Amino acid sequence: MPQNYVPIFLFMGVAFAIPAVTLVLFKLVRPENPHKTKLMPYECGITPLDDARGRYTVRFYIVAILFVVFDVETIFLLPWAVRFRWLGKFGLLEMGIFLGILIVGYIWIWKKGALEWV
Amino acid sequence: MPGAISQWFSAGDYLLALPMILLSIFALGILLIDLMLPPEWKSINAWTAGIGLAFSTAAVIRIHLAYARAGQGVLSYTGFMGSMMVDRFAIYFFYLFLVGAGIAILMSAHYLEIERENHGEFYALILFSVVGMMCMAAGFDIVLIFIGLELMAISTYVLVGFLRSDRRSNEAALKYLLLGAFSSGIFAYGLSLLYGLTGSTNLQLIGEHLATHMRENPHDPIAILALVTTSTGLFFKIAAIPFHQWAPDAYEGAPTSITGFMSVAVKAAGWAMLLRIFLSGLYPMRPIYVPLLVFVAIATMTGANLAALTQNNLKRLLAYSSIAHVGYMLLGLIAGSSTTPSATGIQGILVYLLVYTFMNLGAFAVITSLRRRDVIGDEIDDIAGLITRAPAEAVLMLIFLLSLAGIPPLAGFYGKYFIFLSLIETGHYQLAAVAVLYAVFGLYYYMRIANAMFMRKAVDTRPVTLSPAMATALAITGIATVGIGIFPDLFIRAAGWSLSIAQPLQLTSLFH
Amino acid sequence: MLHLILFSVFAVIAVAGALNLLVQRHPISSALSLIVVMGSLAVEYLLLGAEFVAAIQVIIYAGAIMVLFVFVIMLLNAGVEERTKGSKVALILGFPAMLVGGLLVAWVLLRAPNVGSVNVGAMYGPPKAIGWLLFHDFLLPFEVTSVLVLIAIMGAVVLASPVRSRFSRPQPEPERQALKAAAGTEPAHEETVTARRSS
Repeated sequence: MPQNYVPIFLFMGVAFAIPAVTLVLFKLVRPENPHKTKLMPYECGITPLDDARGRYTVRFYIVAILFVVFDVETIFLLPWAVRFRWLGKFGLLEMGIFLGILIVGYIWIWKKGALEWV
Repeated sequence: MPGAISQWFSAGDYLLALPMILLSIFALGILLIDLMLPPEWKSINAWTAGIGLAFSTAAVIRIHLAYARAGQGVLSYTGFMGSMMVDRFAIYFFYLFLVGAGIAILMSAHYLEIERENHGEFYALILFSVVGMMCMAAGFDIVLIFIGLELMAISTYVLVGFLRSDRRSNEAALKYLLLGAFSSGIFAYGLSLLYGLTGSTNLQLIGEHLATHMRENPHDPIAILALVTTSTGLFFKIAAIPFHQWAPDAYEGAPTSITGFMSVAVKAAGWAMLLRIFLSGLYPMRPIYVPLLVFVAIATMTGANLAALTQNNLKRLLAYSSIAHVGYMLLGLIAGSSTTPSATGIQGILVYLLVYTFMNLGAFAVITSLRRRDVIGDEIDDIAGLITRAPAEAVLMLIFLLSLAGIPPLAGFYGKYFIFLSLIETGHYQLAAVAVLYAVFGLYYYMRIANAMFMRKAVDTRPVTLSPAMATALAITGIATVGIGIFPDLFIRAAGWSLSIAQPLQLTSLFH
Repeated sequence: MLHLILFSVFAVIAVAGALNLLVQRHPISSALSLIVVMGSLAVEYLLLGAEFVAAIQVIIYAGAIMVLFVFVIMLLNAGVEERTKGSKVALILGFPAMLVGGLLVAWVLLRAPNVGSVNVGAMYGPPKAIGWLLFHDFLLPFEVTSVLVLIAIMGAVVLASPVRSRFSRPQPEPERQALKAAAGTEPAHEETVTARRSS
């Protein structure tokens, strides 16, 4: 039941509090003396040439969407795993079909060369 | 929780799902086989897809026989804990989807070679989208219906954008995807409200709960909100005005064979879902949704027929014409769910969808065959003088166009006839008059194409060559269009059979 | 009581994150605000007893979907959003209509006589219960989901992988384009979208 999550909420509270406290504290104690050169991004001591945000290739998109898709697949494994013993062989077969279909898809993208980084 | 696990599902459950299972297996097979095929053997994919459809048809026939053997006593077979119901209504739609997909594959085989996009994924996607359609037609649980809808829709988005080097195709896919995703969201919201109202995802239970709910509280705002959002999603999927904006662009940009597929099978699936939800789940809200349907039907017929008058692109013109046909079919639903429900209206929709499958696919097959390496062939100028270039095709196209316009000896007439008959039976004389008026409008723009084919000079005088597969597709659609027109009894009885004991109208017993 | 306080706190955080998403001018900042929204929604689900949904919310939405968002932003290299006046229609019709629509829906849902209230945490949905539903009541939708996921993979690969065929389709000839433009049916694809680059 949700009561079990009280430690997590406490943990979250602490996690949020620490950076807030440190930032405020440091703001108070540190000497404030900004300069244009000091605020520049540090690139091994060389003056930066370009914007840090370059354009990514579309391949990242394919990788990202494959990640999302297989992530969704993983989510379905959880309710199966907690019921594994009870679902028995039949559950194993159900999950086998589910994963089998996705494995065919995986073989397909692999052979199709979508994962190759040329 | 029930006891032994082996008792959960019986062989009957799997038999009901067999058409889908077979299609999925073949689609997966195509994906794997395609990896091993050298480029010049790609036509094997089309063959594999065709065999898959044949096997699936055999499975549907097996279920069909089970009904024939069981006699009139058996109303419907449900499976998988009531989430799926393969009744006669679903079987009828299964046949429609399989025929539509089969003809679309015949049309695609040569066309894809011309486009140089002959990949196995294309056929696999068609088969997967048919699986989705089957889930929509046989789904009796809104979860299954929604997943089926998404499966069909996502496959179709990809198919629309399949010509990646063509900017129109890309644009069409993007528009279709964005608007489709948006409408699915609205639809899902409506379904979630229905679940919240009734506490069930099963359409039967939703219908029963809504019936008691509406009796206690006839104007519950939440129920109305659920109805409006659900029907918005449904109208979007069948492309009824005012939710039609995606259709002309998607139809124009998609590969032509896919445009044909979208206009028949995808639309039929949308209709299967709409009829199921309106007649099973939402039926108790009939007094509220009938005025809504009247408005949408009139808007659809008016807007689409007027817009079609000025189109110069054949695919766009046929897109608007297909929207107009949705308007006529909605009239059938109005008659079918008015205060004295008329089965003729629903039967009319089923007949309409059947004849529309053949005549519209035929028209798109002719347009597909105009595509060459150097000619896109989807403008009205491209079809000019077709009689000198390909006399047989021109005559066939004329038959399809006359059938689309609803001229008596052809198939299209019977679709309109039943709809108008049902309107008159239920006393909607004004609606019938409006519909007949717009049917005349339709004749004008169809005859514009005919005029170009027969009266104008050809810009491009080369004869049109037909691949064997395309010739088969044209032959099937042509024979069916003429055949249904001459021998309509068999097909009308088939539609009646699928309806006679169908679940939807049973709910009428709740109102007396 | 603790539940109610936590629930309200995270509801406020979610709304604040959503508003911040709208006013931020850099897409990456907006994406990060969206993570805040997703995260606080996950906590709300947890407080309502939907443990599994909360886990999904964190893993799929706050994790995977946001990675996809950020990748797409990087892919497009979208810079700081340029402020425009916005269209008059949006200002005069859109915002009031949205406000009225939202209030109407909220009013309807709150005022409806037959909507019972549920105590926070009363509906308990642990993964075990979901497992039972998924592998028993909804077995067929579950298996179809795997096909759906497969389609998503195929779609991404088919549409986003580099074009292999080097033969482009013929574009419509100039006079036909002029004809189309005259008829007013010129499709919008001729407009080239110029990407705004950050300076």
